[in-house]
Amino acid sequence: MSMCKAGALACVLVVAGATSPRAETPGLGQPITEADITAWNIDVLPDGTGLPPGSGTAKQGAAIYAQKCALCHGEKGVNPARGTGPLVGPSRFDRIDTMKTVPYYKYATTLFDVMRRAMPYTMPKTLSNEELYALSAYILALNKIIGEDEAMDAKTLPQVKMPNRDNFIVWDPDKIGYEPVRPPGPAMR
Amino acid sequence: MRHRKRRNGAQELTSVEQVAGNGLLHRRALLGRGIMLAGAMGTGVGASGASAAAEPLKNDPWSLETGSVLPPYQAPSHFEKDVIRTRSNPDNEFRTSHARTPHHLLQGTITPNGLFFTICHSGLPDIDPAQHKLVIHGLVKQPLVYTVESLARYPMVTRVHFLECSGNSAPMFSNEPVQANAQALHGLVSNAEWTGVLLSTLLEETGIDPKAKWLLAEGADSPSLHRSVPIKKALDDAMVALYQNGERLMPGTGYPMRLLLPGYQGNMNVKYVRRIKLIDQPAMSLYESKTYSQILPDNKMWLFHFTQEVKSFITHPSFGLTLKGTGFYELSGIAFSGNGRIAKVMVSADGGKSWAQAALEEPVLPKAFTRFRMPWRWDGTPAVLQSRAWDEAGNVQPTRAEFVAARGQTEKPVASPLGFPNQHYNSITSWGIGKNGEVKHVYV
Repeated sequence: MSMCKAGALACVLVVAGATSPRAETPGLGQPITEADITAWNIDVLPDGTGLPPGSGTAKQGAAIYAQKCALCHGEKGVNPARGTGPLVGPSRFDRIDTMKTVPYYKYATTLFDVMRRAMPYTMPKTLSNEELYALSAYILALNKIIGEDEAMDAKTLPQVKMPNRDNFIVWDPDKIGYEPVRPPGPAMR
Repeated sequence: MRHRKRRNGAQELTSVEQVAGNGLLHRRALLGRGIMLAGAMGTGVGASGASAAAEPLKNDPWSLETGSVLPPYQAPSHFEKDVIRTRSNPDNEFRTSHARTPHHLLQGTITPNGLFFTICHSGLPDIDPAQHKLVIHGLVKQPLVYTVESLARYPMVTRVHFLECSGNSAPMFSNEPVQANAQALHGLVSNAEWTGVLLSTLLEETGIDPKAKWLLAEGADSPSLHRSVPIKKALDDAMVALYQNGERLMPGTGYPMRLLLPGYQGNMNVKYVRRIKLIDQPAMSLYESKTYSQILPDNKMWLFHFTQEVKSFITHPSFGLTLKGTGFYELSGIAFSGNGRIAKVMVSADGGKSWAQAALEEPVLPKAFTRFRMPWRWDGTPAVLQSRAWDEAGNVQPTRAEFVAARGQTEKPVASPLGFPNQHYNSITSWGIGKNGEVKHVYV
């Protein structure tokens, strides 16, 4: 590795320009297609990349929530079990120890993503796409971020304007090479 | 300062330099640190001189009988049964579990693997290393899959780095000092020697699409915990770590492999890493969007506060320990910075009125624990012990007043040291010594 002292980036460039791109490494990574990564490739990005087909409304979500979520998160997203955060709360954060709930998120896609990968707590990755959209709609509606009848789908969810979005300061953009995320234009409402 | 002391019946003049208020002595008064002042040579700087004569010596049972069989994997002496991690969720309820490092009972800089702090958001996964896979995909030229076995053939690096939860020290956001020990206040940071494959080595093989600005790293645990990492960091010093202090990672620290991002907040060092996806925007995962984002005093929030800023705290003595009598004590503690090496640590025994420079144990490594030491003679009057660290990038650990002005504190006292009122606390810790030698947590 001593030849790479000038920095890993320089090393990458040198190797990329060489005739054999794997000359310096064992090359034991097994090629795989994106199609074969599907089962793990579940992330959803703020601009909606990764959102699956399907849709759901708050009304549909209420019944699913009562059955699969309320035990820990509390009825209608308040009064949760010990150690579980509430899902409903204020959208102003005046005290440094204000409880962060769903209105804290910068993007609504975060809600869909975490439910898709981690919920329900004891049975993660079992919610259908329809259930995920319906639960997203229900929890956003409980927080009065969307209306009761608005359907959430791959197009509408990333367009939801979260109430706290403009209050974030990126800590040190130069240091981390930050480029702002631009979700699709303003919500239809 | 000059004083007379009686030793073995002889009058001896000991000359030791007091360098700051309330009995702080020059760091060269520590043994093994170069020139001792002539009068102090061979006598140390002990001042109490009040020890009673020792009992006559005898043989103890263990000197008279054969010992027991050697275990295949040894554990500490049973006399050390109290040197353990404290757990926030011993019944494994459906919530996050924390196990904190007992800094007040440890010395040096390397945290033993069994005492390394652990946070699991959904319990400990039981991962078969023969089945575990790491895939790198997304904005790459060729997606590739690696196994523990294949990574074992790659060139490795060994580096010492601390790992700190950004919620470490969070009880100190309280407007009144929480009475808790160094383990409860600061137990979510530990330090180890890590061995693994640089992520840049693997990214050479996959190639990088120029559109990639971030990667997301995702674990194989049940919540598939994921975090976004700037490509800049991935190509700097990020490692896929396989070994910790010479042995394979512990289940609580990511077995069989974890991402290591030296100096970055602990949660980003994704454990059980199974997927790295290069992307053109941050994923805004739950943990970067909410949990490990922090609220500032004016309804503003910090996003992507990744670097663990310069911090130090005194471990010996600290809350819960009681000084037994006046005289010489060696103050010692830990300093570290996510921005590089520790440049200097200053210590005060009078609550910050006067300061003196502590000795730093070598080697002083970047983004790693540095142990500092300071000789002190306690005269039995109340004292307030503090340490303050500087890093090589010029950052200084803020005083409490500076910290609170910039980042706030709670309006009401924090009830439990297990709570997380906010993130990224790095101000000074103050230990108040009472006349009786009792050590309390105080603010000055």
